[in-house]
Amino acid sequence: MRVLGIETSCDETGVALYDTSLTGGKGLLADALYSQIAMHAEFGGVVPELASRDHTRKLLPLIEQVLSDAKLTRHDLDGITYTAGPGLVGALMVGASTAHGMARALNIPVLGVHHMEGHLLAPMLEDEPPEFPFVALLVSGGHTQLVEVQGLGRYQLLGESVDDAAGEAFDKAAKMLVLAYPGGPQVAKLAEQGDPKRFRFPRPMTDRPGLDFSFSGLKTHTMTAIRQLEAAGELDDQARADVARAFEEAVVDTLVIKCRRALDQTGLKRLVVAGGVSANHRLRERLHVECKKRHARAYYPRGRFCTDNGAMIAYVGAQRLAAGECDTYGIMQATPRWPLDQLTPPVAADS
Amino acid sequence: MPLHLLALDASSSACSAALLRQDETGATCLARFEMTPRAHTRRLLPMVDEVLAEAQVTPSQLDAVAFGRGPGSFTGLRIAAGAAQGLAFGLDCPLLGISTLEALALQAHRRYHLRHVVTALDARMGEVYAATWHCLKDTITPMSAEAVLAPEALRLPGDETDWVGVGSGFTLWKRFTVDLQLSMPQHLDDLEPRAEEMAWLAARDFAAGLGQTAHLVQPVYLRNDVAWKKPA
Repeated sequence: MRVLGIETSCDETGVALYDTSLTGGKGLLADALYSQIAMHAEFGGVVPELASRDHTRKLLPLIEQVLSDAKLTRHDLDGITYTAGPGLVGALMVGASTAHGMARALNIPVLGVHHMEGHLLAPMLEDEPPEFPFVALLVSGGHTQLVEVQGLGRYQLLGESVDDAAGEAFDKAAKMLVLAYPGGPQVAKLAEQGDPKRFRFPRPMTDRPGLDFSFSGLKTHTMTAIRQLEAAGELDDQARADVARAFEEAVVDTLVIKCRRALDQTGLKRLVVAGGVSANHRLRERLHVECKKRHARAYYPRGRFCTDNGAMIAYVGAQRLAAGECDTYGIMQATPRWPLDQLTPPVAADS
Repeated sequence: MPLHLLALDASSSACSAALLRQDETGATCLARFEMTPRAHTRRLLPMVDEVLAEAQVTPSQLDAVAFGRGPGSFTGLRIAAGAAQGLAFGLDCPLLGISTLEALALQAHRRYHLRHVVTALDARMGEVYAATWHCLKDTITPMSAEAVLAPEALRLPGDETDWVGVGSGFTLWKRFTVDLQLSMPQHLDDLEPRAEEMAWLAARDFAAGLGQTAHLVQPVYLRNDVAWKKPA
Protein backbone atom coordinates (compact mmCIF):
# COMPACT_ATOMS: atom_id res chain seq x y z
CA MET A 1 0.00 0.00 0.00
CA ARG A 2 1.47 3.35 -1.06
CA VAL A 3 0.52 6.08 1.37
CA LEU A 4 1.01 9.83 1.22
CA GLY A 5 1.69 11.39 4.64
CA ILE A 6 1.05 15.06 5.47
CA GLU A 7 2.29 16.91 8.56
CA THR A 8 1.11 20.49 9.25
CA SER A 9 0.66 20.59 13.03
CA CYS A 10 3.05 23.43 13.83
CA ASP A 11 5.74 25.30 11.89
CA GLU A 12 7.03 22.63 9.49
CA THR A 13 5.22 21.43 6.38
CA GLY A 14 6.24 17.80 5.91
CA VAL A 15 5.21 15.36 3.19
CA ALA A 16 6.34 11.78 2.54
CA LEU A 17 5.45 8.58 0.72
CA TYR A 18 5.58 5.21 2.47
CA ASP A 19 5.07 1.80 0.90
CA THR A 20 3.95 -0.93 3.34
CA SER A 21 5.09 -3.69 1.02
CA LEU A 22 8.68 -2.76 1.92
CA THR A 23 9.80 -2.38 5.53
CA GLY A 24 12.05 -0.13 7.61
CA GLY A 25 14.19 2.30 5.66
CA LYS A 26 13.18 0.79 2.32
CA GLY A 27 9.47 1.48 2.79
CA LEU A 28 10.07 5.22 2.73
CA LEU A 29 9.95 6.21 -0.93
CA ALA A 30 10.41 9.96 -0.58
CA ASP A 31 10.10 12.77 1.92
CA ALA A 32 10.24 16.54 1.79
CA LEU A 33 10.09 19.28 4.38
CA TYR A 34 9.61 23.03 4.36
CA SER A 35 10.56 24.71 7.63
CA GLN A 36 9.03 28.05 8.57
CA ILE A 37 11.54 28.65 11.36
CA ALA A 38 13.14 31.65 9.65
CA MET A 39 9.76 33.37 9.28
CA HIS A 40 8.80 32.89 12.95
CA ALA A 41 12.30 33.74 14.24
CA GLU A 42 11.50 37.39 13.59
CA PHE A 43 8.75 37.15 16.23
CA GLY A 44 10.66 35.01 18.74
CA GLY A 45 8.12 32.18 18.47
CA VAL A 46 5.54 30.56 16.24
CA VAL A 47 2.76 32.91 15.07
CA PRO A 48 -0.16 30.50 14.47
CA GLU A 49 -1.92 32.52 11.76
CA LEU A 50 1.28 32.94 9.76
CA ALA A 51 2.03 29.23 10.17
CA SER A 52 -1.38 28.26 8.75
CA ARG A 53 -1.03 30.61 5.81
CA ASP A 54 2.36 29.21 4.95
CA HIS A 55 1.13 25.59 5.09
CA THR A 56 -1.57 26.48 2.53
CA ARG A 57 1.12 27.89 0.21
CA LYS A 58 3.63 25.09 0.59
CA LEU A 59 1.66 21.86 0.90
CA LEU A 60 0.76 21.06 -2.73
CA PRO A 61 4.21 21.88 -4.13
CA LEU A 62 5.72 19.49 -1.55
CA ILE A 63 3.23 16.77 -2.51
CA GLU A 64 4.23 17.23 -6.17
CA GLN A 65 7.87 17.04 -5.15
CA VAL A 66 7.62 13.72 -3.28
CA LEU A 67 5.56 12.15 -6.08
CA SER A 68 8.14 13.23 -8.60
CA ASP A 69 11.07 12.11 -6.38
CA ALA A 70 9.44 8.67 -6.09
CA LYS A 71 8.65 8.66 -9.84
CA LEU A 72 4.97 8.14 -9.10
CA THR A 73 1.79 9.96 -10.03
CA ARG A 74 -1.18 10.80 -7.84
CA HIS A 75 -2.96 7.76 -9.33
CA ASP A 76 -0.37 5.44 -7.79
CA LEU A 77 -1.51 6.42 -4.28
CA ASP A 78 -3.53 3.89 -2.26
CA GLY A 79 -4.21 6.09 0.74
CA ILE A 80 -3.59 9.47 2.35
CA THR A 81 -2.82 10.22 5.98
CA TYR A 82 -2.38 13.48 7.84
CA THR A 83 -1.64 14.75 11.33
CA ALA A 84 -5.00 15.24 13.06
CA GLY A 85 -3.48 16.47 16.35
CA PRO A 86 -2.24 17.54 18.75
CA GLY A 87 -1.06 20.90 17.41
CA LEU A 88 -2.21 24.33 16.28
CA VAL A 89 -5.81 23.91 15.20
CA GLY A 90 -5.65 26.23 12.19
CA ALA A 91 -2.48 24.59 10.95
CA LEU A 92 -3.93 21.09 11.44
CA MET A 93 -6.96 22.04 9.35
CA VAL A 94 -4.78 22.80 6.33
CA GLY A 95 -3.48 19.23 6.24
CA ALA A 96 -6.87 17.73 7.11
CA SER A 97 -8.82 19.59 4.42
CA THR A 98 -6.25 19.04 1.68
CA ALA A 99 -5.95 15.33 2.52
CA HIS A 100 -9.71 14.86 2.49
CA GLY A 101 -10.19 16.80 -0.75
CA MET A 102 -7.47 14.81 -2.47
CA ALA A 103 -8.72 11.48 -1.13
CA ARG A 104 -12.20 12.29 -2.43
CA ALA A 105 -10.86 13.14 -5.87
CA LEU A 106 -8.79 9.95 -6.04
CA ASN A 107 -11.44 7.82 -4.34
CA ILE A 108 -8.95 6.37 -1.82
CA PRO A 109 -9.11 6.06 1.99
CA VAL A 110 -7.84 8.85 4.23
CA LEU A 111 -6.92 8.84 7.93
CA GLY A 112 -6.00 11.45 10.54
CA VAL A 113 -3.26 10.25 12.89
CA HIS A 114 -1.65 11.34 16.16
CA HIS A 115 1.45 13.48 15.82
CA MET A 116 3.18 11.97 18.86
CA GLU A 117 2.51 8.43 17.66
CA GLY A 118 4.50 9.51 14.62
CA HIS A 119 7.41 10.60 16.83
CA LEU A 120 7.15 7.40 18.91
CA LEU A 121 7.45 5.19 15.86
CA ALA A 122 9.88 7.31 13.83
CA PRO A 123 12.78 4.89 14.61
CA MET A 124 10.80 2.28 12.63
CA LEU A 125 11.94 4.15 9.52
CA GLU A 126 15.53 3.11 10.15
CA ASP A 127 17.23 0.01 8.78
CA GLU A 128 17.42 -1.66 12.19
CA PRO A 129 14.10 -0.77 13.78
CA PRO A 130 13.39 -1.65 17.42
CA GLU A 131 11.04 -4.54 18.13
CA PHE A 132 8.04 -4.12 20.41
CA PRO A 133 7.82 -3.69 23.36
CA PHE A 134 9.99 -0.71 24.25
CA VAL A 135 10.19 2.37 26.43
CA ALA A 136 10.05 5.67 24.56
CA LEU A 137 11.22 9.07 25.70
CA LEU A 138 9.47 11.78 23.66
CA VAL A 139 11.31 14.98 24.24
CA SER A 140 10.61 18.10 22.20
CA GLY A 141 9.56 21.73 22.47
CA GLY A 142 6.00 20.66 23.18
CA HIS A 143 6.36 17.37 25.03
CA THR A 144 8.38 15.49 27.62
CA GLN A 145 6.89 12.04 28.06
CA LEU A 146 7.94 8.53 28.93
CA VAL A 147 5.74 5.92 27.29
CA GLU A 148 5.65 2.15 27.42
CA VAL A 149 4.96 0.90 23.91
CA GLN A 150 3.58 -2.64 23.59
CA GLY A 151 2.61 -2.35 19.94
CA LEU A 152 0.93 -0.07 17.43
CA GLY A 153 -1.66 1.94 19.35
CA ARG A 154 -0.85 0.26 22.68
CA TYR A 155 0.73 3.01 24.73
CA GLN A 156 0.90 3.53 28.45
CA LEU A 157 2.01 6.90 29.71
CA LEU A 158 4.65 6.32 32.41
CA GLY A 159 5.37 9.95 33.17
CA GLU A 160 5.37 13.42 31.68
CA SER A 161 6.27 17.01 32.42
CA VAL A 162 3.96 18.70 34.86
CA ASP A 163 4.92 22.13 33.45
CA ASP A 164 7.35 23.13 30.68
CA ALA A 165 8.58 20.65 28.09
CA ALA A 166 12.35 20.07 28.06
CA GLY A 167 12.71 21.68 24.62
CA GLU A 168 10.69 24.66 25.79
CA ALA A 169 13.06 25.03 28.75
CA PHE A 170 15.99 24.99 26.32
CA ASP A 171 14.35 27.70 24.20
CA LYS A 172 13.64 29.84 27.27
CA ALA A 173 17.19 29.43 28.55
CA ALA A 174 18.37 30.52 25.11
CA LYS A 175 16.28 33.69 25.37
CA MET A 176 17.81 34.45 28.79
CA LEU A 177 21.25 33.96 27.30
CA VAL A 178 20.28 36.19 24.35
CA LEU A 179 20.73 33.45 21.76
CA ALA A 180 18.83 33.31 18.47
CA TYR A 181 15.46 31.51 18.11
CA PRO A 182 14.96 28.54 18.22
CA GLY A 183 17.55 28.42 20.91
CA GLY A 184 17.82 24.79 22.04
CA PRO A 185 20.68 23.80 19.73
CA GLN A 186 22.39 27.16 20.42
CA VAL A 187 22.39 26.49 24.17
CA ALA A 188 23.98 23.09 23.53
CA LYS A 189 26.61 24.70 21.34
CA LEU A 190 27.44 27.37 23.90
CA ALA A 191 27.53 24.71 26.64
CA GLU A 192 30.44 23.00 24.87
CA GLN A 193 32.64 25.93 25.96
CA GLY A 194 31.31 25.83 29.52
CA ASP A 195 32.93 24.52 32.69
CA PRO A 196 30.69 21.75 34.12
CA LYS A 197 32.07 22.30 37.63
CA ARG A 198 31.42 26.01 38.05
CA PHE A 199 27.67 25.80 38.73
CA ARG A 200 25.37 23.00 39.74
CA PHE A 201 21.70 23.50 38.89
CA PRO A 202 18.92 21.45 40.52
CA ARG A 203 17.63 18.19 39.00
CA PRO A 204 13.89 18.71 39.52
CA MET A 205 11.78 15.81 40.81
CA THR A 206 14.64 13.31 40.80
CA ASP A 207 14.83 13.08 44.58
CA ARG A 208 11.49 11.31 44.82
CA PRO A 209 10.06 8.25 43.10
CA GLY A 210 8.04 8.55 39.93
CA LEU A 211 8.58 9.31 36.28
CA ASP A 212 7.15 12.81 35.98
CA PHE A 213 9.28 15.79 35.03
CA SER A 214 9.28 19.47 35.93
CA PHE A 215 11.42 22.09 34.24
CA SER A 216 9.93 25.41 35.30
CA GLY A 217 11.93 25.58 38.57
CA LEU A 218 15.11 25.03 36.60
CA LYS A 219 14.12 27.92 34.36
CA THR A 220 13.77 30.20 37.39
CA HIS A 221 17.05 28.97 38.80
CA THR A 222 18.78 29.78 35.51
CA MET A 223 17.28 33.25 35.44
CA THR A 224 18.41 33.90 39.03
CA ALA A 225 21.95 32.72 38.25
CA ILE A 226 22.16 35.02 35.23
CA ARG A 227 20.84 38.02 37.22
CA GLN A 228 23.32 37.44 40.03
CA LEU A 229 26.22 37.26 37.58
CA GLU A 230 24.94 40.39 35.88
CA ALA A 231 24.62 42.27 39.18
CA ALA A 232 28.19 41.29 40.09
CA GLY A 233 29.40 42.44 36.67
CA GLU A 234 30.60 38.90 35.96
CA LEU A 235 28.34 37.93 33.06
CA ASP A 236 31.08 37.55 30.47
CA ASP A 237 31.18 35.04 27.61
CA GLN A 238 32.71 32.37 29.82
CA ALA A 239 30.05 32.83 32.49
CA ARG A 240 27.29 32.53 29.87
CA ALA A 241 28.86 29.32 28.59
CA ASP A 242 29.15 28.00 32.16
CA VAL A 243 25.46 28.75 32.78
CA ALA A 244 24.52 27.03 29.52
CA ARG A 245 26.59 24.02 30.53
CA ALA A 246 25.05 23.80 33.99
CA PHE A 247 21.59 24.13 32.50
CA GLU A 248 22.18 21.43 29.89
CA GLU A 249 23.73 19.10 32.47
CA ALA A 250 20.68 19.50 34.69
CA VAL A 251 18.19 18.77 31.91
CA VAL A 252 20.16 15.85 30.51
CA ASP A 253 20.77 14.38 33.95
CA THR A 254 17.06 14.62 34.77
CA LEU A 255 16.07 12.91 31.52
CA VAL A 256 18.68 10.18 32.00
CA ILE A 257 17.64 9.46 35.61
CA LYS A 258 14.00 9.06 34.55
CA CYS A 259 14.86 6.87 31.55
CA ARG A 260 16.94 4.65 33.83
CA ARG A 261 14.02 4.34 36.21
CA ALA A 262 11.59 3.62 33.39
CA LEU A 263 13.79 0.81 32.06
CA ASP A 264 14.20 -0.67 35.53
CA GLN A 265 10.51 -0.35 36.35
CA THR A 266 9.32 -2.02 33.13
CA GLY A 267 12.21 -4.46 32.80
CA LEU A 268 12.44 -3.56 29.10
CA LYS A 269 15.73 -3.53 27.21
CA ARG A 270 14.90 -1.18 24.37
CA LEU A 271 14.71 2.59 24.67
CA VAL A 272 13.46 4.77 21.84
CA VAL A 273 14.34 8.46 22.06
CA ALA A 274 12.52 10.83 19.72
CA GLY A 275 11.59 14.50 19.39
CA GLY A 276 13.76 17.55 18.75
CA VAL A 277 15.80 17.30 21.98
CA SER A 278 16.82 13.72 21.10
CA ALA A 279 19.36 15.28 18.73
CA ASN A 280 21.30 16.56 21.79
CA HIS A 281 24.73 14.92 21.81
CA ARG A 282 25.28 14.94 25.55
CA LEU A 283 21.90 13.25 26.08
CA ARG A 284 22.81 10.53 23.57
CA GLU A 285 26.22 9.92 25.14
CA ARG A 286 24.77 9.60 28.62
CA LEU A 287 21.92 7.32 27.52
CA HIS A 288 24.37 5.13 25.65
CA VAL A 289 26.35 4.57 28.85
CA GLU A 290 23.24 3.85 30.93
CA CYS A 291 21.84 1.42 28.36
CA LYS A 292 25.15 -0.42 28.11
CA LYS A 293 25.15 -0.96 31.89
CA ARG A 294 21.73 -2.60 31.59
CA HIS A 295 22.44 -4.59 28.40
CA ALA A 296 19.80 -2.39 26.83
CA ARG A 297 19.91 -0.50 23.55
CA ALA A 298 18.84 3.01 22.61
CA TYR A 299 17.24 3.71 19.23
CA TYR A 300 17.01 7.09 17.57
CA PRO A 301 15.43 8.30 14.36
CA ARG A 302 17.90 9.80 11.88
CA GLY A 303 18.58 13.49 12.50
CA ARG A 304 15.93 15.00 10.26
CA PHE A 305 13.23 12.67 11.62
CA CYS A 306 13.90 13.76 15.23
CA THR A 307 11.98 16.97 14.57
CA ASP A 308 8.57 17.27 12.88
CA ASN A 309 8.44 15.53 9.50
CA GLY A 310 6.06 13.89 7.06
CA ALA A 311 7.83 10.52 7.04
CA MET A 312 6.75 9.51 10.54
CA ILE A 313 3.14 10.45 9.70
CA ALA A 314 3.26 8.48 6.45
CA TYR A 315 4.66 5.50 8.38
CA VAL A 316 2.06 5.50 11.17
CA GLY A 317 -0.81 6.26 8.81
CA ALA A 318 0.28 3.53 6.42
CA GLN A 319 0.30 0.93 9.24
CA ARG A 320 -3.19 1.94 10.31
CA LEU A 321 -4.65 2.29 6.81
CA ALA A 322 -3.21 -1.10 5.88
CA ALA A 323 -5.05 -2.54 8.89
CA GLY A 324 -8.30 -1.14 7.50
CA GLU A 325 -8.68 1.96 9.65
CA CYS A 326 -9.86 5.16 7.95
CA ASP A 327 -11.80 8.38 8.55
CA THR A 328 -15.51 8.60 7.80
CA TYR A 329 -15.77 10.13 4.36
CA GLY A 330 -15.58 13.92 4.41
CA ILE A 331 -15.15 14.29 8.18
CA MET A 332 -11.88 16.19 8.59
CA GLN A 333 -10.16 15.59 11.93
CA ALA A 334 -8.39 18.41 13.73
CA THR A 335 -7.89 17.80 17.46
CA PRO A 336 -5.58 20.37 19.05
CA ARG A 337 -5.48 18.51 22.41
CA TRP A 338 -5.34 14.75 22.23
CA PRO A 339 -3.69 12.64 24.97
CA LEU A 340 -1.48 9.89 23.53
CA ASP A 341 -2.88 7.21 25.82
CA GLN A 342 -6.35 7.64 24.28
CA LEU A 343 -5.05 5.87 21.17
CA THR A 344 -6.05 2.30 20.44
CA PRO A 345 -4.73 -0.36 18.06
CA PRO A 346 -6.03 0.02 14.49
CA VAL A 347 -9.77 -0.45 14.13
CA ALA A 348 -10.97 -1.51 10.69
CA ALA A 349 -13.61 0.90 9.37
CA ASP A 350 -16.09 -1.87 8.60
CA SER A 351 -15.84 -3.63 11.97
CA MET B 1 -19.88 17.78 -23.96
CA PRO B 2 -21.47 19.46 -20.95
CA LEU B 3 -19.28 21.47 -18.58
CA HIS B 4 -19.36 20.49 -14.91
CA LEU B 5 -18.05 22.92 -12.38
CA LEU B 6 -17.99 22.45 -8.60
CA ALA B 7 -17.88 25.39 -6.18
CA LEU B 8 -17.53 25.31 -2.42
CA ASP B 9 -17.38 27.93 0.28
CA ALA B 10 -16.69 28.08 4.03
CA SER B 11 -15.84 31.78 4.34
CA SER B 12 -18.51 32.70 6.94
CA SER B 13 -20.58 30.87 9.58
CA ALA B 14 -22.24 29.20 6.61
CA CYS B 15 -20.99 26.39 4.46
CA SER B 16 -22.11 25.76 0.89
CA ALA B 17 -21.51 23.71 -2.23
CA ALA B 18 -22.85 24.01 -5.77
CA LEU B 19 -22.61 22.09 -8.99
CA LEU B 20 -23.07 23.97 -12.24
CA ARG B 21 -23.84 22.08 -15.43
CA GLN B 22 -23.65 23.90 -18.71
CA ASP B 23 -24.28 22.70 -22.25
CA GLU B 24 -25.60 24.02 -25.59
CA THR B 25 -29.15 24.16 -24.22
CA GLY B 26 -28.30 26.22 -21.14
CA ALA B 27 -27.03 25.93 -17.60
CA THR B 28 -28.39 24.66 -14.31
CA CYS B 29 -27.01 24.92 -10.81
CA LEU B 30 -27.68 22.58 -7.91
CA ALA B 31 -26.73 23.99 -4.53
CA ARG B 32 -26.64 23.36 -0.80
CA PHE B 33 -26.33 26.07 1.83
CA GLU B 34 -26.33 25.58 5.61
CA MET B 35 -25.49 27.70 8.62
CA THR B 36 -22.81 25.51 10.22
CA PRO B 37 -20.86 27.50 12.79
CA ARG B 38 -17.79 25.46 13.81
CA ALA B 39 -18.88 22.47 11.72
CA HIS B 40 -17.24 23.31 8.39
CA THR B 41 -14.75 20.45 8.76
CA ARG B 42 -17.64 18.02 9.06
CA ARG B 43 -20.14 19.47 6.59
CA LEU B 44 -18.23 20.91 3.64
CA LEU B 45 -17.28 17.69 1.83
CA PRO B 46 -20.52 15.81 2.61
CA MET B 47 -22.37 18.76 1.02
CA VAL B 48 -20.12 18.45 -2.03
CA ASP B 49 -21.14 14.81 -2.23
CA GLU B 50 -24.82 15.69 -1.91
CA VAL B 51 -24.76 18.02 -4.93
CA LEU B 52 -22.69 15.54 -6.94
CA ALA B 53 -25.09 12.72 -6.10
CA GLU B 54 -28.15 14.80 -6.91
CA ALA B 55 -26.65 15.76 -10.28
CA GLN B 56 -25.47 12.18 -10.84
CA VAL B 57 -21.97 13.44 -11.51
CA THR B 58 -18.80 11.71 -10.32
CA PRO B 59 -15.76 13.76 -9.28
CA SER B 60 -13.84 12.57 -12.34
CA GLN B 61 -16.42 14.29 -14.57
CA LEU B 62 -15.60 17.71 -13.10
CA ASP B 63 -13.95 20.17 -15.49
CA ALA B 64 -12.97 22.67 -12.82
CA VAL B 65 -13.25 23.38 -9.09
CA ALA B 66 -13.82 26.78 -7.46
CA PHE B 67 -13.85 28.05 -3.89
CA GLY B 68 -14.62 31.22 -1.97
CA ARG B 69 -11.09 32.65 -1.80
CA GLY B 70 -12.02 35.44 0.60
CA PRO B 71 -12.14 37.76 2.25
CA GLY B 72 -13.74 36.04 5.24
CA SER B 73 -12.94 33.87 8.25
CA PHE B 74 -9.26 32.94 7.92
CA THR B 75 -9.76 29.36 9.05
CA GLY B 76 -12.85 28.93 6.87
CA LEU B 77 -10.98 30.22 3.83
CA ARG B 78 -8.25 27.69 4.42
CA ILE B 79 -10.66 24.78 4.93
CA ALA B 80 -12.30 25.57 1.59
CA ALA B 81 -8.93 26.23 -0.06
CA GLY B 82 -7.50 22.94 1.24
CA ALA B 83 -10.51 20.88 0.17
CA ALA B 84 -10.70 22.61 -3.23
CA GLN B 85 -6.94 22.41 -3.81
CA GLY B 86 -6.96 18.74 -2.83
CA LEU B 87 -9.88 18.02 -5.17
CA ALA B 88 -8.39 19.95 -8.10
CA PHE B 89 -4.95 18.46 -7.53
CA GLY B 90 -6.36 14.93 -7.26
CA LEU B 91 -8.48 15.42 -10.40
CA ASP B 92 -5.72 17.30 -12.21
CA CYS B 93 -8.21 19.98 -13.20
CA PRO B 94 -8.03 23.79 -13.01
CA LEU B 95 -8.88 25.66 -9.82
CA LEU B 96 -10.53 29.07 -9.53
CA GLY B 97 -10.62 31.38 -6.50
CA ILE B 98 -13.80 33.46 -6.38
CA SER B 99 -14.23 36.67 -4.41
CA THR B 100 -16.73 36.26 -1.58
CA LEU B 101 -17.66 39.94 -1.96
CA GLU B 102 -18.37 39.57 -5.68
CA ALA B 103 -20.43 36.42 -5.02
CA LEU B 104 -22.42 38.40 -2.46
CA ALA B 105 -23.00 41.22 -4.95
CA LEU B 106 -24.24 38.76 -7.57
CA GLN B 107 -26.55 37.16 -5.05
CA ALA B 108 -28.07 40.54 -4.14
CA HIS B 109 -28.43 41.44 -7.81
CA ARG B 110 -30.09 38.18 -8.80
CA ARG B 111 -32.39 37.94 -5.81
CA TYR B 112 -33.44 41.58 -5.50
CA HIS B 113 -32.52 43.06 -8.90
CA LEU B 114 -30.20 45.55 -7.23
CA ARG B 115 -27.93 47.66 -9.45
CA HIS B 116 -25.66 49.57 -7.07
CA VAL B 117 -24.37 47.31 -4.37
CA VAL B 118 -21.96 47.84 -1.48
CA THR B 119 -20.82 44.53 -0.04
CA ALA B 120 -19.36 44.49 3.45
CA LEU B 121 -18.47 41.53 5.63
CA ASP B 122 -17.78 41.81 9.34
CA ALA B 123 -13.99 41.56 9.66
CA ARG B 124 -14.02 41.68 13.49
CA MET B 125 -11.75 44.11 15.34
CA GLY B 126 -14.15 46.92 14.38
CA GLU B 127 -13.47 46.65 10.66
CA VAL B 128 -15.22 45.43 7.54
CA TYR B 129 -14.11 43.81 4.28
CA ALA B 130 -15.80 45.92 1.64
CA ALA B 131 -16.14 46.64 -2.07
CA THR B 132 -18.63 48.44 -4.33
CA TRP B 133 -20.26 47.12 -7.48
CA HIS B 134 -22.40 48.05 -10.45
CA CYS B 135 -24.63 45.16 -11.46
CA LEU B 136 -26.46 44.97 -14.77
CA LYS B 137 -28.05 41.90 -16.41
CA ASP B 138 -25.96 39.45 -14.36
CA THR B 139 -22.77 41.33 -15.13
CA ILE B 140 -20.93 42.52 -12.05
CA THR B 141 -18.43 45.36 -12.39
CA PRO B 142 -16.21 46.34 -9.48
CA MET B 143 -16.27 50.07 -8.73
CA SER B 144 -13.61 49.96 -6.00
CA ALA B 145 -10.86 47.65 -4.83
CA GLU B 146 -11.66 45.16 -2.08
CA ALA B 147 -10.33 46.50 1.20
CA VAL B 148 -10.33 45.96 4.95
CA LEU B 149 -11.21 49.21 6.67
CA ALA B 150 -13.14 50.88 9.46
CA PRO B 151 -16.79 51.45 8.45
CA GLU B 152 -16.23 55.22 8.86
CA ALA B 153 -13.59 55.10 6.14
CA LEU B 154 -15.79 53.53 3.45
CA ARG B 155 -16.58 55.93 0.59
CA LEU B 156 -19.00 55.42 -2.26
CA PRO B 157 -17.47 55.61 -5.74
CA GLY B 158 -20.27 57.65 -7.37
CA ASP B 159 -23.09 60.02 -6.45
CA GLU B 160 -25.93 57.56 -7.05
CA THR B 161 -28.43 57.56 -4.20
CA ASP B 162 -29.81 54.06 -4.68
CA TRP B 163 -26.94 52.07 -3.17
CA VAL B 164 -27.90 48.98 -1.20
CA GLY B 165 -25.61 47.63 1.47
CA VAL B 166 -25.30 43.85 1.63
CA GLY B 167 -23.58 41.55 4.10
CA SER B 168 -22.76 41.09 7.78
CA GLY B 169 -20.64 44.25 7.78
CA PHE B 170 -23.86 46.28 7.86
CA THR B 171 -24.60 45.08 11.38
CA LEU B 172 -22.21 47.98 12.12
CA TRP B 173 -24.64 50.35 10.35
CA LYS B 174 -24.29 53.23 12.80
CA ARG B 175 -20.58 53.44 12.20
CA PHE B 176 -20.80 54.23 8.48
CA THR B 177 -20.72 57.94 7.54
CA VAL B 178 -23.93 59.93 7.35
CA ASP B 179 -23.16 60.60 3.67
CA LEU B 180 -23.09 56.88 2.99
CA GLN B 181 -26.25 56.28 5.00
CA LEU B 182 -28.07 59.00 3.04
CA SER B 183 -27.12 57.35 -0.27
CA MET B 184 -28.27 53.97 0.93
CA PRO B 185 -32.01 53.66 1.35
CA GLN B 186 -31.70 50.07 2.52
CA HIS B 187 -29.21 47.51 3.72
CA LEU B 188 -29.46 43.73 4.09
CA ASP B 189 -27.16 42.44 6.80
CA ASP B 190 -28.31 38.83 6.82
CA LEU B 191 -26.97 37.62 3.47
CA GLU B 192 -23.85 35.46 3.43
CA PRO B 193 -21.67 34.54 0.44
CA ARG B 194 -22.77 31.30 -1.23
CA ALA B 195 -21.20 28.66 -3.45
CA GLU B 196 -24.13 28.98 -5.87
CA GLU B 197 -23.10 32.43 -7.11
CA MET B 198 -19.45 31.38 -6.95
CA ALA B 199 -20.23 28.60 -9.42
CA TRP B 200 -21.74 31.11 -11.88
CA LEU B 201 -18.80 33.48 -11.49
CA ALA B 202 -16.39 30.55 -11.84
CA ALA B 203 -18.07 29.52 -15.11
CA ARG B 204 -17.46 33.05 -16.40
CA ASP B 205 -13.81 32.99 -15.27
CA PHE B 206 -13.26 29.45 -16.55
CA ALA B 207 -14.56 30.46 -19.99
CA ALA B 208 -12.10 33.37 -19.89
CA GLY B 209 -9.26 30.89 -19.32
CA LEU B 210 -8.61 31.99 -15.74
CA GLY B 211 -8.44 28.47 -14.26
CA GLN B 212 -5.04 27.76 -12.70
CA THR B 213 -2.96 24.92 -11.34
CA ALA B 214 -4.26 24.19 -7.83
CA HIS B 215 -1.37 25.44 -5.70
CA LEU B 216 -1.34 28.84 -7.42
CA VAL B 217 -4.82 29.71 -6.18
CA GLN B 218 -4.52 31.02 -2.64
CA PRO B 219 -6.91 32.61 -0.16
CA VAL B 220 -7.18 36.40 -0.22
CA TYR B 221 -7.23 37.51 3.40
CA LEU B 222 -6.97 41.31 2.90
CA ARG B 223 -5.89 41.63 6.53
CA ASN B 224 -2.21 40.83 6.53
CA ASP B 225 -0.89 42.37 9.76
CA VAL B 226 -1.71 39.26 11.75
CA ALA B 227 1.34 38.69 13.91
CA TRP B 228 -0.01 40.85 16.76
CA LYS B 229 3.40 40.61 18.35
CA LYS B 230 6.17 43.09 17.91
CA PRO B 231 9.15 41.58 16.13
CA ALA B 232 11.78 40.70 18.73
